[in-house]
Amino acid sequence: MNHRKTLEPMWWGLFSAGGVVAAFLIPIHIVLLGLAIPLGWLPGSAEIFQSWIVRLYLFVLISLPLYHWAHRFSFTMSDLGLRPIRKPLAILCYGSAIAGTVVTAWVLLRI
Amino acid sequence: MTRNRPDPSLLFHPRMPGNWWLRKRTYFLFIVREFTSVFIAAYLIVFLVQLYQLGNGPGAYQAFMGQFASPGWIGFHAVALAFAIYHSLTWFYTTSIVIPLRIGAMVAPRYVFTLLNVAVWLAVSAAILAIYLIW
Repeated sequence: MNHRKTLEPMWWGLFSAGGVVAAFLIPIHIVLLGLAIPLGWLPGSAEIFQSWIVRLYLFVLISLPLYHWAHRFSFTMSDLGLRPIRKPLAILCYGSAIAGTVVTAWVLLRI
Repeated sequence: MTRNRPDPSLLFHPRMPGNWWLRKRTYFLFIVREFTSVFIAAYLIVFLVQLYQLGNGPGAYQAFMGQFASPGWIGFHAVALAFAIYHSLTWFYTTSIVIPLRIGAMVAPRYVFTLLNVAVWLAVSAAILAIYLIW
Protein backbone atom coordinates (compact mmCIF):
# COMPACT_ATOMS: atom_id res chain seq x y z
CA MET A 1 0.00 0.00 0.00
CA ASN A 2 1.32 3.40 -0.95
CA HIS A 3 0.54 5.91 1.80
CA ARG A 4 0.82 9.59 0.98
CA LYS A 5 2.24 11.67 3.80
CA THR A 6 0.11 14.67 4.70
CA LEU A 7 0.08 17.34 7.41
CA GLU A 8 -3.42 16.25 8.47
CA PRO A 9 -2.36 14.35 11.64
CA MET A 10 -0.49 17.45 12.83
CA TRP A 11 -3.59 19.69 12.42
CA TRP A 12 -5.76 17.08 14.17
CA GLY A 13 -3.21 16.90 16.99
CA LEU A 14 -3.18 20.69 17.42
CA PHE A 15 -7.01 20.74 17.27
CA SER A 16 -7.16 18.14 20.01
CA ALA A 17 -4.52 19.77 22.22
CA GLY A 18 -6.26 23.14 21.80
CA GLY A 19 -9.59 21.57 22.70
CA VAL A 20 -8.17 20.13 25.92
CA VAL A 21 -6.47 23.43 26.89
CA ALA A 22 -9.67 25.39 26.16
CA ALA A 23 -11.90 22.94 28.06
CA PHE A 24 -9.82 22.85 31.25
CA LEU A 25 -8.35 26.37 31.39
CA ILE A 26 -10.32 29.02 29.48
CA PRO A 27 -13.49 29.36 31.65
CA ILE A 28 -11.60 30.27 34.85
CA HIS A 29 -9.59 32.93 32.97
CA ILE A 30 -12.80 34.52 31.67
CA VAL A 31 -14.29 34.44 35.18
CA LEU A 32 -11.16 35.95 36.71
CA LEU A 33 -10.00 38.54 34.14
CA GLY A 34 -13.30 39.29 32.41
CA LEU A 35 -15.76 39.31 35.31
CA ALA A 36 -14.37 39.02 38.87
CA ILE A 37 -11.63 41.68 38.57
CA PRO A 38 -13.61 44.26 36.49
CA LEU A 39 -16.61 43.89 38.84
CA GLY A 40 -14.37 44.45 41.86
CA TRP A 41 -14.94 41.00 43.42
CA LEU A 42 -11.18 40.33 43.40
CA PRO A 43 -8.16 42.66 43.44
CA GLY A 44 -6.62 43.32 40.02
CA SER A 45 -2.86 42.96 39.93
CA ALA A 46 -0.76 42.67 36.78
CA GLU A 47 2.35 41.62 38.68
CA ILE A 48 1.79 37.94 37.87
CA PHE A 49 2.40 38.61 34.14
CA GLN A 50 6.03 39.56 34.83
CA SER A 51 6.87 35.91 35.54
CA TRP A 52 8.45 33.94 32.69
CA ILE A 53 6.71 30.74 33.77
CA VAL A 54 3.35 32.53 33.63
CA ARG A 55 4.17 33.93 30.19
CA LEU A 56 5.17 30.51 28.90
CA TYR A 57 1.89 29.18 30.27
CA LEU A 58 -0.02 32.03 28.56
CA PHE A 59 1.70 31.21 25.26
CA VAL A 60 0.27 27.68 25.42
CA LEU A 61 -3.09 28.92 26.75
CA ILE A 62 -3.57 31.39 23.88
CA SER A 63 -1.89 29.73 20.90
CA LEU A 64 -3.22 26.15 21.08
CA PRO A 65 -6.96 27.04 21.15
CA LEU A 66 -6.34 29.17 18.02
CA TYR A 67 -5.53 25.95 16.12
CA HIS A 68 -8.60 24.38 17.70
CA TRP A 69 -10.67 27.26 16.28
CA ALA A 70 -8.99 27.02 12.86
CA HIS A 71 -9.82 23.32 12.56
CA ARG A 72 -13.42 23.55 13.78
CA PHE A 73 -14.25 26.76 11.90
CA SER A 74 -12.82 25.53 8.62
CA PHE A 75 -14.74 22.23 8.81
CA THR A 76 -17.98 23.85 10.00
CA MET A 77 -18.01 26.52 7.30
CA SER A 78 -17.45 23.73 4.80
CA ASP A 79 -20.48 21.91 6.28
CA LEU A 80 -22.51 25.13 6.08
CA GLY A 81 -22.02 25.44 2.32
CA LEU A 82 -18.45 26.64 1.71
CA ARG A 83 -17.22 23.21 0.59
CA PRO A 84 -16.28 24.53 -2.89
CA ILE A 85 -13.70 26.88 -1.31
CA ARG A 86 -12.57 24.58 1.48
CA LYS A 87 -8.90 24.64 0.43
CA PRO A 88 -8.44 28.45 0.53
CA LEU A 89 -10.65 28.54 3.64
CA ALA A 90 -8.38 26.02 5.38
CA ILE A 91 -5.27 27.99 4.37
CA LEU A 92 -6.89 31.20 5.71
CA CYS A 93 -7.89 29.56 9.02
CA TYR A 94 -4.64 27.71 9.75
CA GLY A 95 -2.68 30.72 8.45
CA SER A 96 -4.52 32.95 10.94
CA ALA A 97 -3.69 30.52 13.76
CA ILE A 98 0.01 30.57 12.79
CA ALA A 99 -0.07 34.40 12.61
CA GLY A 100 -1.83 34.41 16.00
CA THR A 101 0.94 32.26 17.47
CA VAL A 102 3.61 34.70 16.26
CA VAL A 103 1.64 37.72 17.58
CA THR A 104 1.14 35.95 20.94
CA ALA A 105 4.89 35.34 21.28
CA TRP A 106 5.61 38.97 20.37
CA VAL A 107 3.01 40.38 22.82
CA LEU A 108 4.30 38.19 25.65
CA LEU A 109 7.94 39.09 24.97
CA ARG A 110 7.29 42.86 25.14
CA ILE A 111 5.52 42.86 28.54
CA MET B 1 -2.24 10.18 -6.82
CA THR B 2 -2.09 7.24 -4.50
CA ARG B 3 -3.93 3.95 -4.68
CA ASN B 4 -5.47 4.15 -1.22
CA ARG B 5 -6.99 7.61 -1.67
CA PRO B 6 -9.64 8.09 -4.35
CA ASP B 7 -9.66 11.19 -6.54
CA PRO B 8 -11.62 13.78 -4.45
CA SER B 9 -13.42 15.03 -7.57
CA LEU B 10 -14.93 11.55 -8.04
CA LEU B 11 -16.38 11.37 -4.52
CA PHE B 12 -20.10 11.81 -3.98
CA HIS B 13 -21.05 14.78 -1.83
CA PRO B 14 -24.77 15.08 -1.09
CA ARG B 15 -26.07 18.60 -1.68
CA MET B 16 -27.45 19.95 1.59
CA PRO B 17 -29.80 22.92 1.83
CA GLY B 18 -28.21 25.89 3.63
CA ASN B 19 -30.53 25.55 6.60
CA TRP B 20 -29.95 21.83 7.30
CA TRP B 21 -28.69 22.64 10.79
CA LEU B 22 -32.01 24.23 11.75
CA ARG B 23 -34.01 21.10 10.97
CA LYS B 24 -33.20 19.06 14.05
CA ARG B 25 -32.33 20.06 17.60
CA THR B 26 -29.25 17.79 17.56
CA TYR B 27 -27.98 19.40 14.31
CA PHE B 28 -28.44 22.84 15.85
CA LEU B 29 -26.58 21.83 19.03
CA PHE B 30 -23.78 20.41 16.87
CA ILE B 31 -23.35 23.80 15.15
CA VAL B 32 -23.50 25.59 18.53
CA ARG B 33 -20.76 23.24 19.79
CA GLU B 34 -18.59 23.97 16.75
CA PHE B 35 -19.11 27.74 17.13
CA THR B 36 -17.96 27.71 20.77
CA SER B 37 -14.46 27.84 19.23
CA VAL B 38 -15.30 31.23 17.63
CA PHE B 39 -16.24 32.75 21.01
CA ILE B 40 -13.16 31.26 22.67
CA ALA B 41 -10.94 32.66 19.90
CA ALA B 42 -12.67 36.08 20.20
CA TYR B 43 -12.01 36.07 23.94
CA LEU B 44 -8.34 35.16 23.37
CA ILE B 45 -7.94 38.10 20.96
CA VAL B 46 -9.37 40.43 23.64
CA PHE B 47 -6.97 38.85 26.15
CA LEU B 48 -4.08 39.45 23.73
CA VAL B 49 -5.06 43.14 23.42
CA GLN B 50 -5.12 43.30 27.24
CA LEU B 51 -1.58 41.87 27.40
CA TYR B 52 -0.49 44.24 24.61
CA GLN B 53 -1.74 47.21 26.69
CA LEU B 54 0.24 45.86 29.63
CA GLY B 55 3.34 46.11 27.42
CA ASN B 56 2.45 49.79 26.83
CA GLY B 57 2.82 50.57 30.54
CA PRO B 58 0.75 50.53 33.75
CA GLY B 59 -1.29 53.62 32.73
CA ALA B 60 -2.43 52.15 29.42
CA TYR B 61 -3.23 48.84 31.12
CA GLN B 62 -5.31 50.44 33.90
CA ALA B 63 -7.21 52.55 31.36
CA PHE B 64 -7.95 49.46 29.26
CA MET B 65 -9.00 47.36 32.25
CA GLY B 66 -11.26 50.20 33.42
CA GLN B 67 -13.41 49.73 30.31
CA PHE B 68 -14.06 46.08 31.24
CA ALA B 69 -16.51 47.19 33.97
CA SER B 70 -18.88 48.60 31.31
CA PRO B 71 -22.09 46.60 30.65
CA GLY B 72 -20.99 45.86 27.07
CA TRP B 73 -17.73 44.19 28.11
CA ILE B 74 -19.37 42.36 31.04
CA GLY B 75 -21.97 41.08 28.56
CA PHE B 76 -19.24 39.99 26.11
CA HIS B 77 -17.36 38.10 28.82
CA ALA B 78 -20.58 36.51 30.15
CA VAL B 79 -21.50 35.26 26.66
CA ALA B 80 -17.92 34.03 26.03
CA LEU B 81 -18.02 32.23 29.40
CA ALA B 82 -21.32 30.51 28.55
CA PHE B 83 -19.88 29.22 25.26
CA ALA B 84 -16.60 28.23 26.93
CA ILE B 85 -18.47 26.18 29.56
CA TYR B 86 -20.52 24.55 26.78
CA HIS B 87 -17.25 23.67 25.04
CA SER B 88 -15.85 22.15 28.25
CA LEU B 89 -18.90 19.97 28.87
CA THR B 90 -19.28 18.81 25.26
CA TRP B 91 -15.51 18.21 25.01
CA PHE B 92 -15.50 15.98 28.11
CA TYR B 93 -18.52 14.08 26.85
CA THR B 94 -17.01 13.62 23.36
CA THR B 95 -13.73 12.45 24.90
CA SER B 96 -15.67 9.79 26.81
CA ILE B 97 -16.80 8.42 23.42
CA VAL B 98 -13.35 8.62 21.78
CA ILE B 99 -11.47 7.18 24.79
CA PRO B 100 -13.80 4.78 26.63
CA LEU B 101 -12.85 4.38 30.29
CA ARG B 102 -12.14 0.69 30.97
CA ILE B 103 -12.11 -0.76 34.46
CA GLY B 104 -10.86 -4.32 34.02
CA ALA B 105 -13.02 -5.91 31.34
CA MET B 106 -15.86 -3.47 31.96
CA VAL B 107 -16.34 -0.20 30.07
CA ALA B 108 -17.51 2.50 32.48
CA PRO B 109 -20.64 4.45 31.49
CA ARG B 110 -19.88 7.67 29.61
CA TYR B 111 -21.24 9.88 32.36
CA VAL B 112 -18.62 8.50 34.78
CA PHE B 113 -15.74 9.65 32.55
CA THR B 114 -17.50 12.97 31.89
CA LEU B 115 -18.03 13.60 35.61
CA LEU B 116 -14.40 12.68 36.38
CA ASN B 117 -13.28 15.27 33.82
CA VAL B 118 -15.64 17.86 35.32
CA ALA B 119 -14.11 17.18 38.75
CA VAL B 120 -10.57 17.64 37.37
CA TRP B 121 -11.71 20.80 35.55
CA LEU B 122 -13.12 22.32 38.77
CA ALA B 123 -9.97 21.36 40.71
CA VAL B 124 -7.69 22.92 38.04
CA SER B 125 -9.86 26.08 38.02
CA ALA B 126 -9.67 26.34 41.82
CA ALA B 127 -5.89 25.85 41.67
CA ILE B 128 -5.47 28.68 39.08
CA LEU B 129 -7.63 30.97 41.23
CA ALA B 130 -5.54 30.10 44.31
CA ILE B 131 -2.24 30.73 42.44
CA TYR B 132 -3.52 34.16 41.33
CA LEU B 133 -4.64 35.10 44.85
CA ILE B 134 -1.44 33.89 46.55
CA TRP B 135 0.89 35.54 43.98
